[in-house]
Amino acid sequence: MPTDASALDLVLRADPALMAIVQLSLVVSLSAVAVAALIGIPLGALIALSRFRGRNGAIVLLNALMGLPPVVVGLLVYLALSRSGPLGSWGILFTPQAMIVAQTILVLPIIAALARQTIEDLWAEYRDELAALNVGPLERILTLIVDARFSLVTALLAGFGRAAAEVGAVIIVGGNIDGFTRTMTTAIALETSKGDLPLAIGLGIILISLVIVVNALAWGARRASERYAA
Amino acid sequence: MTMRAPSSDLPLMLEEVSILAGEHHILREISLVLAAGAPTILVGPNGSGKSTLIRAAMGLIAPTRGRVTFGGREGVPPARRAIVFQRPVMLRRSAAGNLHYALGVAGVPRRARKARTDELLALVGLSGRGDRPARKMSGGEQQRLALARALAKDPDILFLDEPTASLDPAATKAMEEIISGIAARGIKVVMATHDLGEARRLAGEIVLMHRGRIVEIAGAKTFFTQPKTEDARRFIAGELLV
Repeated sequence: MPTDASALDLVLRADPALMAIVQLSLVVSLSAVAVAALIGIPLGALIALSRFRGRNGAIVLLNALMGLPPVVVGLLVYLALSRSGPLGSWGILFTPQAMIVAQTILVLPIIAALARQTIEDLWAEYRDELAALNVGPLERILTLIVDARFSLVTALLAGFGRAAAEVGAVIIVGGNIDGFTRTMTTAIALETSKGDLPLAIGLGIILISLVIVVNALAWGARRASERYAA
Repeated sequence: MTMRAPSSDLPLMLEEVSILAGEHHILREISLVLAAGAPTILVGPNGSGKSTLIRAAMGLIAPTRGRVTFGGREGVPPARRAIVFQRPVMLRRSAAGNLHYALGVAGVPRRARKARTDELLALVGLSGRGDRPARKMSGGEQQRLALARALAKDPDILFLDEPTASLDPAATKAMEEIISGIAARGIKVVMATHDLGEARRLAGEIVLMHRGRIVEIAGAKTFFTQPKTEDARRFIAGELLV
């Protein structure tokens, strides 16, 4: 990647190396959000509808985990995936898969906690109607997830924001290997430390633009859908 | 029509039912038999226990004391009972989507749901409005849609908790006509209201409640012309029962 080019040049020329970094960043962050959503939304719904001993403690813990320090998660995932670690046999340390694992752990509490709150609020509204309609427990959860879909988009966006902006965990478990595990955030950190500010700024512009575009798309989709089903 | 279970929830019997919130009696030793026939209308001032009685009879609240039986059985899930709440909650779907959902829960096969949805929308005067978002419909339309949704399970008994309380006269008239039509189809209607005019128009049987107790039960004509209790006489005369 040329280091003397201006930030704008790199962006406008769609520099291949730059685009590879952008692509990897999106793949890692969106995969992490997808996996975290598949686990976190049902988990949030389950906690929202369940009454069990220690539930309040579980909610406090879940909310607290939203603030997990990325470097700590990176360290723990590193230890788990390193050759002598319990998951060392997977052989995925310093690969994009390891970065997805780390980001999933970071994003999961955000999606689960926001989904829990959203679904619990909707449950308070729907409880009597669903009971009167004789809706079974599993179908209740599915109904609440479907009907809370617009609000849950916000949870997914919050998760994506966390993943896209994160650098501490992916740099530890990915290793910031050029052309393989280098993402926008790790590249910005590296290029800034090397003094290649144009590239760092170019990546920064793309990163911010992508976050805005993803949010705008989600907002537009939500508005369009609400018009028909709110 | 949906497949009917072999047994009915009627007669629905409340036997010495009391419901307490802490030390406070919301219902006090209520005994009532709800059998097939003309509508039973629960009347009484606000806070008299009408809504709680309906919820207990529907099986949504467990009695603190006493028991509720459905066709002689206890603890029967509300597959054959339906309710329209005073402020029904519409699912975040279209009007038709709400009915599709209720039909699905009631076990109506997917291929039969479209025709049944159209039939239910027509029954409540909402033909052609199935595509509208349910939560954006007017209050009167939402009440009628809630009624159609309640009928999706083809109930033996339909509870209505002050369904016209927040409606204007035209919407109230439309709702009452639909309720009369439902009763004429053989569904037992049990409705709470504090509107005596409405009770006169719809009732076969009147149950007057006050302070969590049943004060008087009588046929509508007898209730209005020959009330037995002082509370009933005062209530019919428009005096405040406090």
